[in-house]
Amino acid sequence: MLLQVEIDEPRCVAAGHCVVAAPEVFDQRDDDGVVILLDANPPGDEHERVREAALLCPAAAILVRDRGGAP
Amino acid sequence: MPEPKVLPIAARAAGCPFDPAAALYESQKDDALQRVKVPSPLLGEFDAVAITRYEDVKSALSDDRLQMGFVFDPDQPRTMLNQPGNLLNYNGADHSRLRRMLTGAFTIKRVRSLRPMIEAIVEARLDALEEEGHGADLVTVFSTPIPTQVICELLGVPYEDRDDFQRRAKVGLDVNTTREEQIQNLKDMDAYMATLVAGHREQPGDNLLGGVVRDYGAELSDDELVGIGNMLLIAGHETTASMLSASAALLLENPDQATIMRDEPEAVDGAIEELLRYVAPATIMPRQAAEDFCLRDDEVIKQGERVVVSILVANRDAGSGDQDLDVLDVRRPPQPHVTFGYGAHQCLGQQLARMELRVALPALFKRFPGLRLAEPDQKIDYRTTALVFGVNRLPVAW
Ligand code: HEM
Ligand code: SF4
Repeated sequence: MLLQVEIDEPRCVAAGHCVVAAPEVFDQRDDDGVVILLDANPPGDEHERVREAALLCPAAAILVRDRGGAP
Repeated sequence: MPEPKVLPIAARAAGCPFDPAAALYESQKDDALQRVKVPSPLLGEFDAVAITRYEDVKSALSDDRLQMGFVFDPDQPRTMLNQPGNLLNYNGADHSRLRRMLTGAFTIKRVRSLRPMIEAIVEARLDALEEEGHGADLVTVFSTPIPTQVICELLGVPYEDRDDFQRRAKVGLDVNTTREEQIQNLKDMDAYMATLVAGHREQPGDNLLGGVVRDYGAELSDDELVGIGNMLLIAGHETTASMLSASAALLLENPDQATIMRDEPEAVDGAIEELLRYVAPATIMPRQAAEDFCLRDDEVIKQGERVVVSILVANRDAGSGDQDLDVLDVRRPPQPHVTFGYGAHQCLGQQLARMELRVALPALFKRFPGLRLAEPDQKIDYRTTALVFGVNRLPVAW
């Protein structure tokens, strides 16, 4: 399964939940803490953590889309 | 329509200070949103829609149409609800502009780098407890100094000044004060912070306030800098201190849970989340609807209506449904909670608060494995009437 991750940067309130939940996929900018997307198509073993991040994000700044079956 | 009843939104049950009051559970069960009267020292009693279900809290607090009910108004006297620089007095673009000047200091990376400083402060307080001996008050020797010293270090506020600013913070959060007392109290806080800000204007220090002056000083007025400093100083120590005291009290009353905190390092992060969920010491500011909007598809909140949120009872309603969320279970899989709020205003300092709790609580029970209340049959003196829930005194022995 392919996962497409997008971030809505202006919405991000730099709460950092995404970095805790999925450190391989999200980081924060040093100067203002705003989310940095490290991997827009994370591998399968990251999917659960990415979904968790999207769920925890208080600003709904993480969008996760299923891209259907195997590539 | 029946006359709305008075509903203190953080009310706790008479016999058990950790349980939400029955009226809050009733409101949660109601299929219609309840309109209630909310007592408030600053505003008198006001009418508001009460939000008590977890999912409703999340949708309401992340909806841009629901705004801070009290936006800074320069023509009104300064109060905690009317202060430039305080993030809780701003909405939308004005809010995120200010917030992003501060978020860099609270990233996961930055907070992790503070761990050694926090550990050193905690160790010193454990030594102080030991020195004080049996009967020492955990609130004054441990829970209050730790977050106070941490925020002083971070902000660059002299720790020697703590007696004055702690007293002013207490007054600021005490609901049993008059509006006049609140206005005078804020004047004193502002005067104190203004001296620190003036120092940074001259020569920006190597700390959070100094950094904000250096990076954004040209865009910010002295008034705004004073407001930012006061907000961080108060928010940074009162809530965390309360959370530490209340958690310690709760663990002393539940020794099996304290043992897990002490002996299972891998359980600590989850245990802290459970304590945060269960204790829920802080409250959410009242909001106001900027336009009509719908909650639960069919419940209309009208433009201009005020809205209050109960974190306490919403935290008992979260999760998937197979868990009894009215009991404390530090080993349960982490349950979502709104102890730090939700949406654009979700707590700026939450990662710092978590770090302080994760360092301090296990260390306390490790240093004093036999920690107990000082008196047999001691009744814990909970503070249930202030804006922030906590414990007044907690004498301990070991
Ligand atoms: C366990 C400790 C803490 C709890 C329970 C707590 C709780 C909260 C809650 C519920 C809010 C949202 C209020 C609302 O939406 O009306 C909030 C906001 C805030 N908190 Fe905390 N807090 C804690 C610790 C801290 C610390 C350590 C700091 C600072 C160093 C801090 C700084 C702030 C600030 C600046 C805001 C306003 C954010 C904004 O409006 O964008 N808090 N906190
Ligand atoms: S969890 Fe959401 S708000 Fe927080 S840093 Fe990540 S994207 Fe931003």
